[in-house]
Amino acid sequence: MNRPVVRLYAFLLLLFGLLVWKTSQWAVFDAEALQDNPKNRRPLILSQTIERGTIKTADGVTVAESSPVNAGNTPIYVRHYPQGSLFGHPVGYSFVEVGQSGIERAENDELTGERNEFSSIIDQLRDVPQAGDDVTLTIDAQAQQVATQALEQAQSVAGANGAGAVVAIEPSTGAVKVMASVPGYDPNAVENSGTFQQLNAEPDAPLVNRPTQSAYPPGSTMKVVTAAAALDSGEFTPDSVLSGRSPQLIGGVPLFNAGNEQFGDIDMTTALTNSVNTYFAQVGERLGTDTMVEYMRRFGFYSDPEVGLPGDEMRASGPQSSSGKLVTQGFDPGRVAIGQGGAEGQDLTTPLQMAEVAATVANDGVLMRPTFIQEITDPDGRTVEKLDPQEQSTVMSEQTAAELTEMMTNVTQEGTATGLTVGGTSFAGKTGTAEIDPETGENQPWFIAFAPADNPQVAVATTVERCTGCFGAEVAGPVATQVMESLLGG
Amino acid sequence: MSPRNRELLALIPVAILVTGGFTAVFIVESSQIGDLSLIYGGYFLAICVGVHLFIRARLPYADPYLFPLCGLLAAIGLVMLFRIEDGLALKQASIFVAGAGLLVVTILFVRDYQVLERYRYLIATVGILLLLAPRLPGIGSQINGAYLAIDLGPLSFQPAEVAKLCIVVFLASYLREKRELLSVAARRVAGLTVPPLKHFGPLLVVWGASMLMLVYIRDLGSSLMFFAAFLALLYVATSRLSYVLLGAALFFVGAWIMASAVPHVQDRVDIWLHPFAAHGPEGAGQIQQSLFAQADGGLFGQGLAESLLKLPGPFAPHCVQPFPDCGSILPAPHTDEIYALIVSELGVFGGAALVLIYALIGARGFKTAVMASDGFSKLLAAGLTAVFAFQAFVIVGGVVKLIPLTGVTLPFVSFGGSSVISNMVLLALLLMVSNDARRPVAPRDQGGVVPA
Repeated sequence: MNRPVVRLYAFLLLLFGLLVWKTSQWAVFDAEALQDNPKNRRPLILSQTIERGTIKTADGVTVAESSPVNAGNTPIYVRHYPQGSLFGHPVGYSFVEVGQSGIERAENDELTGERNEFSSIIDQLRDVPQAGDDVTLTIDAQAQQVATQALEQAQSVAGANGAGAVVAIEPSTGAVKVMASVPGYDPNAVENSGTFQQLNAEPDAPLVNRPTQSAYPPGSTMKVVTAAAALDSGEFTPDSVLSGRSPQLIGGVPLFNAGNEQFGDIDMTTALTNSVNTYFAQVGERLGTDTMVEYMRRFGFYSDPEVGLPGDEMRASGPQSSSGKLVTQGFDPGRVAIGQGGAEGQDLTTPLQMAEVAATVANDGVLMRPTFIQEITDPDGRTVEKLDPQEQSTVMSEQTAAELTEMMTNVTQEGTATGLTVGGTSFAGKTGTAEIDPETGENQPWFIAFAPADNPQVAVATTVERCTGCFGAEVAGPVATQVMESLLGG
Repeated sequence: MSPRNRELLALIPVAILVTGGFTAVFIVESSQIGDLSLIYGGYFLAICVGVHLFIRARLPYADPYLFPLCGLLAAIGLVMLFRIEDGLALKQASIFVAGAGLLVVTILFVRDYQVLERYRYLIATVGILLLLAPRLPGIGSQINGAYLAIDLGPLSFQPAEVAKLCIVVFLASYLREKRELLSVAARRVAGLTVPPLKHFGPLLVVWGASMLMLVYIRDLGSSLMFFAAFLALLYVATSRLSYVLLGAALFFVGAWIMASAVPHVQDRVDIWLHPFAAHGPEGAGQIQQSLFAQADGGLFGQGLAESLLKLPGPFAPHCVQPFPDCGSILPAPHTDEIYALIVSELGVFGGAALVLIYALIGARGFKTAVMASDGFSKLLAAGLTAVFAFQAFVIVGGVVKLIPLTGVTLPFVSFGGSSVISNMVLLALLLMVSNDARRPVAPRDQGGVVPA
């Protein structure tokens, strides 16, 4: 009877092997799918038992904080946003029912105190419950307030559809000082999933963070990119002379200056100062598609901004085909050079991207990686992470940047932006007014700028959606100058 | 080294496990459990040493690893129960005292297990009656559609746990006598080896009893465990794989008919096949939570007492029963689902280690069967080992969704009186068989006198 006993044992070992195999299937191989299963409430419950870190602005205003709901053995924490709609963008929300967005989502690991195995063992031995790190943003609450109010004012003045965006960056560090999106929403309200769905369905899309999620034709602000490419490639100088008459055949189709204004043979400084379309379209054609693409890439076009928001809350800028795909060839370089395009490639940029363009010129041609994070501190107050400015790319030479700065300063002194002031300091800027619908007269006004011109502390981009019969300088300009004034004064 | 000294040494890992486990749980949950609870571990270790001393005196040749391996299982169970609710660990430690007492009583009272052969029909009758008891009015009780327990006043008792011992003893005895007839007098019908009906009759009764359990008790897990042990013994006795295949086919036909006729069994099977079905039968929550708990485990687990178990604040249901019967995200974490909790906190490695202990107990038990000199001892050791191992397989297999989830306890690990006590008796019988099997034939130094 011994042989069957041995065989029986072999069979049992086989069965036990199956048990271990199935266990590893659930615990390792299928674990992620099980954790994502909508019926699995574990991740959700666990996230609620951790006290999320506080989010503050650079000037010390609390934007998001957690408070315990029931003081039992294991309290549940709920998020509260004391500033209401002011920071709905870009801070976002974090709630059980509707999930997370914005910085709340991007910095979730830090805010929930997810740390390496070793330090969590130490914390356990010290009987410290898991708690999140506090995040200090680079954003300036006062300037954010100014930006939001100025945008809302611009809306009412211009009779626009009520939407717009402002981004302000510190050129030398990439620190985002302002990111405002109008219309906004109160993150406290989206805790209720009914309200969330209602907001999500509204036609003016208050849940969309326009600075990073919306792309618009940049109009003449694109000429800064074109001028940088022209000067830095060595093909042109600020004194290069071309004809400014209107219309001219660009890509085989007549192109007009704004109001069909006629200019004679002019240099680039004059062309930028007066925003001459035909001049820059010719520059774009001479540089060609490849050079234009090369410089757009250096500025950060064709890929998501590196600002550290969730990937699906950002979009890349650049010429896009009618199917919405970014294209690197086949587009009309003359029209893309002035922020327009056609079916083969319509230039579309996000407000954040255009703020990066202004910041690059301001920072001697070096683009700093944009960031929201000033500092992260653990619950004991120790600094875990501190803003460490990183170069994203060298876009142009220092000399090109200096020449461009001079040209852009001319714009605010004797060009399209005359009349705008930033508390008496000289500043550099470029207006833009992209035609959205020639029949209704709907435009997309833009203004990008930095100040002070000789020692830039802030770079800004502003745009207003679908504004009938209005222009960059009169609608977007004042918003930008108020934000710069606030940041320079503070 | 003498077997008993090896046994004592092998108890050291048990002591380390209990001490380390209790300390780890205590560190994590010190805010919620009293310092006094740490002594439950010491209490358990004292029982282990006591049982060891008793074995040293009464069964000096018994297998030295069987008891420490069972002790290891009990230690893991105790640590997990301490982690779930410290009161459970105290109760379980007390149950171990009773179980150890019964082990001692069994060894003292039975003295020579061969006498069990004489009472085999009485034992079989007791076994069948025990199985039917849960359906008796007045003392029977129904849980989740199955009749598993009988209530005797304050005591609730699962008779299937004791019945499994009775059935194994009966089968070992019966097959010892008929094995030659069953294997030699067989005829071949249509290419299949068929045993003579006269001798096979009582075995059909066992098959019938298993089916009856399905119909009457509605306990799929127990009947699977019984039937697997029965086929294992039949195979060991006759060496005929064809009987096993025939028996397995009969069981599956019976189970399939049951599954289509009894809604309770059908639901269990549906839940097993499609645990996440949108409009599946009610009761899928347990296997879902079982899988979710394991998914949190990974390779190394989240650490003792670190996984989510007690539902916090607003997530907790309104409870009449105390935790963990209510308010646990993982249903029945101390009984049916204890393996899922172990995987969640100790990972795949923890789960595999536990399965390995059962495999090692299997190795020692079957080795006892191989070493035993007479047929009854061989069959008894093999049968007891098989029923023990299959019980572990049935519940772990259910928790990991290899087979439908049923309410069988995980031997020595799950919380529960009937299970611990009957498995202690099973261990006592195995130790007695191994003491006889390993007794030196020619005593080395006592001039031919073999100590009793």
